[in-house]
Order: sequence, then C-alpha cells, then structure tokens
Amino acid sequence: MATSIKKLPEIEQVLSGNGACGGCPATMALRMVGKALGPNAIMLLTPACSVASMGMTPKLGYNWPCINITFASAGSSASGISHALEIMQEKGRIEGELPTVFSWVGDGGTYDIGFQALSAAAERNENIIHFCYNNEAYSNTGVQRSGATPRGTFTTTTPTGKRQPKKNMAHMMLEHNIPYVATATVAYPADLYDKVVKAKSIKGMKYIEILAPCYLGWQFDMPDTVQLSRMAVRSGAWLLWEAENGKISFSNPTAHFINGKKTPDQVNEYLMRQGRFSRLLQGPDAKERIAEIQGDVDREIAFMRERAKITI
Amino acid sequence: MKTAQVMMATGANAAALAVKSARVDVVPGYPITPQTSIMEAVAAMVENGELHARFIPVEGEHSVLAAAVAASAAGARVFTATSANGLLYMHEVLHMASGGRLPVVLCNVNRGIFAPWTLWADHQDSFSQRDTGWIQYHCSSNQEVFNTILQAFRVAEQINIPIMVNFDGFAISHCLMPLTVPAQEDIDRFLPPHQPEWRLDPNHPSSFSNVTMASEYAPFRQMLSDDIMAAIPLVKQAAQEYKDCTGMWDGDSIETYRLDDAEVVAFAVNSMAAELKLSVDILREQGIKAGLLRPRLYVPFPTEDIIQALPENAQVMVLDRNYNFGHPGGILAAELKSVLFGRRNDVIVKNRVMGIGGIDLTRRFMAEQILEMMDDKKGLL
Ligand SMILES: Cc1ncc(C[n+]2csc(CCOP(=O)(O)OP(=O)(O)O)c2C)c(N)n1
Ligand code: SF4
Repeated sequence: MATSIKKLPEIEQVLSGNGACGGCPATMALRMVGKALGPNAIMLLTPACSVASMGMTPKLGYNWPCINITFASAGSSASGISHALEIMQEKGRIEGELPTVFSWVGDGGTYDIGFQALSAAAERNENIIHFCYNNEAYSNTGVQRSGATPRGTFTTTTPTGKRQPKKNMAHMMLEHNIPYVATATVAYPADLYDKVVKAKSIKGMKYIEILAPCYLGWQFDMPDTVQLSRMAVRSGAWLLWEAENGKISFSNPTAHFINGKKTPDQVNEYLMRQGRFSRLLQGPDAKERIAEIQGDVDREIAFMRERAKITI
Repeated sequence: MKTAQVMMATGANAAALAVKSARVDVVPGYPITPQTSIMEAVAAMVENGELHARFIPVEGEHSVLAAAVAASAAGARVFTATSANGLLYMHEVLHMASGGRLPVVLCNVNRGIFAPWTLWADHQDSFSQRDTGWIQYHCSSNQEVFNTILQAFRVAEQINIPIMVNFDGFAISHCLMPLTVPAQEDIDRFLPPHQPEWRLDPNHPSSFSNVTMASEYAPFRQMLSDDIMAAIPLVKQAAQEYKDCTGMWDGDSIETYRLDDAEVVAFAVNSMAAELKLSVDILREQGIKAGLLRPRLYVPFPTEDIIQALPENAQVMVLDRNYNFGHPGGILAAELKSVLFGRRNDVIVKNRVMGIGGIDLTRRFMAEQILEMMDDKKGLL
C-alpha cells in the first residue's frame, strides 16, 4: 500500500518564491522528493529549468546545499561528492549520518549529454540517486528535441514532428545491474514519495525517472499538469514500475495493463490534449502517424511485461 | 629536519609519491600516455593501503575533472593527472574549477596534441589552457615535480585557485633520477590539513556556481584575475618555506643559471631548460657569456622577476616547444615580449620553435641553435 498523501511529512525543501513556471511539474516532483529525503542531502544540478527555477545568486529556492555543475557531468560529479564524504568520514573530518547525494537533472542531461557519465557511474555502482525529471525536451533553451522526445512531437528542432521513437532510458539503467530503478510521475505523488524513501535506504546506484508534463513544451493549459500526467499513465504512454535488485514490479494502474486485467486508454485522447502533436493530428497522414505512436506505446508495454518475467 | 629517504624514481613515481605525502583524499583518474603511470601508481597505493584515499576510475577526462571539482567542493583534498587530449577534453571543467575557486591540483604530463597523433612531449597542451584561470607551474626535474606538487597544494588551498603542475612526457615521466622524499613529519609541517572555508554542507544550505547577474559575475571574475596575480608572493613563500622544511630548492617563480653577467640568455621551460644549463656551459667554454632564465611559473607570468633578473642589453633566446598559430614563432616569446615592451627596451628577444612532438633537444643542438640565433637577423621576430 502506498503511503497516504495525507500522511506525507510536512517538511518543505522547495521554498516558496522560486523562479519556476506556474504548474511546473519538475518543481512539484522535487517537492515530493524533498519530503522523502529531508534536509540531510546534497543536490547537484546541470544546466536546465531547475537551475533557472532555483533563484539567482545569492538567493536559493531549494533548502539543500546545491552545486551547479557542467552539463555532461551529473554521474561523475555526484560520484566525486559521494567518495569525498565517505573518505572524510573515515578520516574523522565529518561526523554523523552522511547526507544523501542526489542529482536533479532533465532528460537532456540524462538521456543525451550526460548519458556517458551516468552509465559509468551506474556501472561503478556509486552510492548516489540520479533523478531525471523528464519533460521530454530541452525546455530551458526553448523546447528542442531530446532522446526522450516521443515520436511525432513538434519541437523547435523537429518542425515536422520527430520521426524516431524515444529511448527507454529507465530500462537501460536497469541493464546496468544497479540495485534500484524506478519510474514515477506527478499525478501519483505517494507512489513517487515511497520510491524515493526506498531509494534513500539502499546503498549503491539508484535511478528514478519522473515524467514531467511541461505546459510550455507540450502546449496545454498551465493548470492541467497533473491531468496530463495521469492521462500519460492511463494510456500506457508512461509506465509506473520499479526494480529492486533487478526484480521488476508495477504500480497501479500500470500493473493492470501488464497483467491484462484492464486495457489502457487509446493514446490519441492523450495526444489530442497537447499542442505539440496538433500539426501531426491535423496532417493528411494523421491516422498512420497516430498508429505509429500507438505502436510505440503497445511495444513498450509488451516489452516490459516480458522483461519483468526475468527475475534471476 | 628528519632523515629523508633517497631512491631512484621516474617522474611519474615522484608525482605519485607526492600525492601520498600530501595525504590526498580523492583521486579520479583516466589513462592517457604518458600520464598513465601516475594513475597506476596511485591506484596501487590506494589498493594496498599505503595511501588512505579514494581512487575513482571514471570513464573519461571530462568526468575526471567533474568528479574532482565536486569532491573538492565537498571539502576533500583532490589530485588528478592527465596529458594532451585528456587536458583538452577537460577544458570546460577547467573553467568550472577556477571560476568555482576549487583548489584541485592536476599534473599535466606534457605531450603534443592530436591531429596527427604523437605520444611525445611538446608544450602545446598546457600553453593552450592559459586562459582557463589555473595557475601553471612547469618543472624541469623529477625532484622538482615532487616538490612542486606539495607547494601547489599549499598555494592552491591558500587562495582557492586550482593549480596545474606540468612536466614533460618520457624525458621526465619515464626516466629514472635520484629522488629525495623528506620525512612525513617535515612535509606535514609544510602542508597543513585542508580546511576549506566553505564546503557543501547540509547544515549550511547554500548554492554553488549558480546563475549570476552581471553585477555579481563581473566582480567574481575580477577577483579571480586579481587573486591569480596575488599568487606570486605565495608561490615564493611556499618555495622558501619548503626549503626551510626540507632543504630543497628549485627556484620560486623563476630559476636562473649563470645569469648575472650574461649577454646571451636562454629562455625556456620544462626538461629542455635543465638540458640548457649544459648548453650554457658549452657556450661559456667558447667564451660566450651565456646564462639561463627558466620561468617556473607560466600563469601568473612572473613579469617583475623576469624584468629584474634580465641583465642589461641582453639578447634573450626564447626556445619554444609549441606554436603560436597566426604568429611566426612560439607562445613563450609572445608572452615575454608583451611584458618587456616599454619597460626593457634594452633587451633583444629572438625566438625559435623546436622539439615539437618530442624531437630530442640535446645540449649541443641547443647550443648550436643559440649560436646561430646570435648571428640571425631573421631571429628578430
Ligand atoms: C555544454 C553545454 N551545452 C549546452 C548548454 C545549453 N543548455 C542549457 S540548458 C539546456 C537544455 C536542458 O535540457 P534538459 O536537461 O532536458 O532540462 P530542462 O531544460 O528540460 O529542464 C541546454 C542545451 C549548456 N549549458 N552546456
Ligand atoms: S518550462 Fe516546463 S519544466 Fe521548465 S520551469 Fe516551466 S513548466 Fe517547469
């Protein structure tokens, strides 16, 4: 059973008055992360919306020590901090419980420029949590495509709609044989909270990816963030799962789609709510292209269903 | 002074022993010839417990320095090493280290840069990183490599500026020379534990290297520029106190040899400058009043010390092991001329580029070059 949302800790690590857009999914998710991690943590950020949101020097909207690092470097810099803390503790220079070291990075800094360093950190099984808040584009630089941008999406660098499907990044992290991988999204805050609490208790590499519907890039109305997040899950376009030591389990409603008790909603309703697909939906080949996207969604569900059967 | 240990060691081993003597906490590393031997030696010392530190075998040099700066921000004493393309790959993070005021010490084992590939020494790699805001030492012997790494930690941690300690691939990194390792007690007296004024600490949440407006950014940059200039007295003090603690001396911002009455002055860095002392002797035997001025510091450029040290009406022969593309000669000559201009108009500067990609620079060859340059009107670049 997921923790009831009414029972979440009152602590707020995301302070009021920061620079995020109204309805920003990344900030909503970070708020849940803050409740789960508490104040004893060190945060790393790569250039992204979350940096633009945190406030400018000398102000800071996140109640952690925060370090801004080079874009490609979340995996390596978090490793550096984790090792530094451990050796300083061994040498008696710092005392008490070691802080959680976590990176808060967009899909650009995770799927693309940061992929190499992240993969290497996972392979070394570093004691860190890498969060990817996935808004499926480079939002901070004005919505360009990333490796997380789904097929059919219009961005400023895919003006006729992206032709390639997105990567399954969380699955790739799973194949690094790390102790914990999870996916989440803002419409299911308790699910996210529980996953972060679990990640915090595990030593070694943890990867949590949070789907973050961004009104600016996805082109929907600012107050509808949570609704879009829920539609993504209900249509199967985003799957909620976690893997502890390689053993995959699914949260509801994804679990129902996997075991066949329910069928997900058709993806076109979810697509129609988003301006980033509107040109595609209005085009002469709309049917084929929606079918392609539905095919991508169906394939991921089928793939994860089969992958979950491997438990050794 | 306690009893020191004397041994034979390569430059790479000298560097690794200095890392141990400095009681470094974290060493991220990635192999590249000729630096690799340093990382191998450090990894072995960590593995066998000789050095109580963490070695992080990351997947590339951009990550090496990204791990290094972050570990430094967390409060650790951090060392790493690289060469040539590894240094170039770090370029973005070199700026983060200096702008973030993180006192990492990095050994760059000089090697010519790609393309085409070469494995052997020249100075294009370190000189091309001049404007990254790092202090740069250049060393001419294995002992100096050892001594300088300890001095570099001292200076870096005093002013929160990262320091690059450069020395030549193979001629220094792979050649055995006698090495004196002072007693740990003497080194500890010279280099106190790292106590950063600031570190990533959940008890004091604050942001690091966040977005700044120009009104904040500009003063940060000015401070960095001012503090790099202010490093010269600290470099001198470190050299002097290191001498007091260990008895060893390699020069401070500059090193000179038979310079006082010299009419012809050889001007060069790294291992070729050690060999040049012998060229100076050859020229002296032929009745030429030759001398040597070796900048030990490249950044900050030791302007005042050079201006004071150069004898009147000297002909300065700058031997550059690098190219200053877009200009006819090398980078060191351009640096020297820029500081002499208007202040030492009595001095003549001549320049040749040599030793590129590891071409051997013998005492005789360089003595002949200097002789030719004395007659060479074209050398007056
Ligand atoms: C090395 C480097 N290249 C490019 C940039 C420019 N840049 C800043 S933020 C950004 C996109 C960030 O995208 P993502 O990680 O998805 O985060 P989001 O903006 O969506 O929150 C880019 C390309 C940079 N800062 N550094
Ligand atoms: S552009 Fe999107 S991700 Fe970025 S701050 Fe605004 S809502 Fe958040």
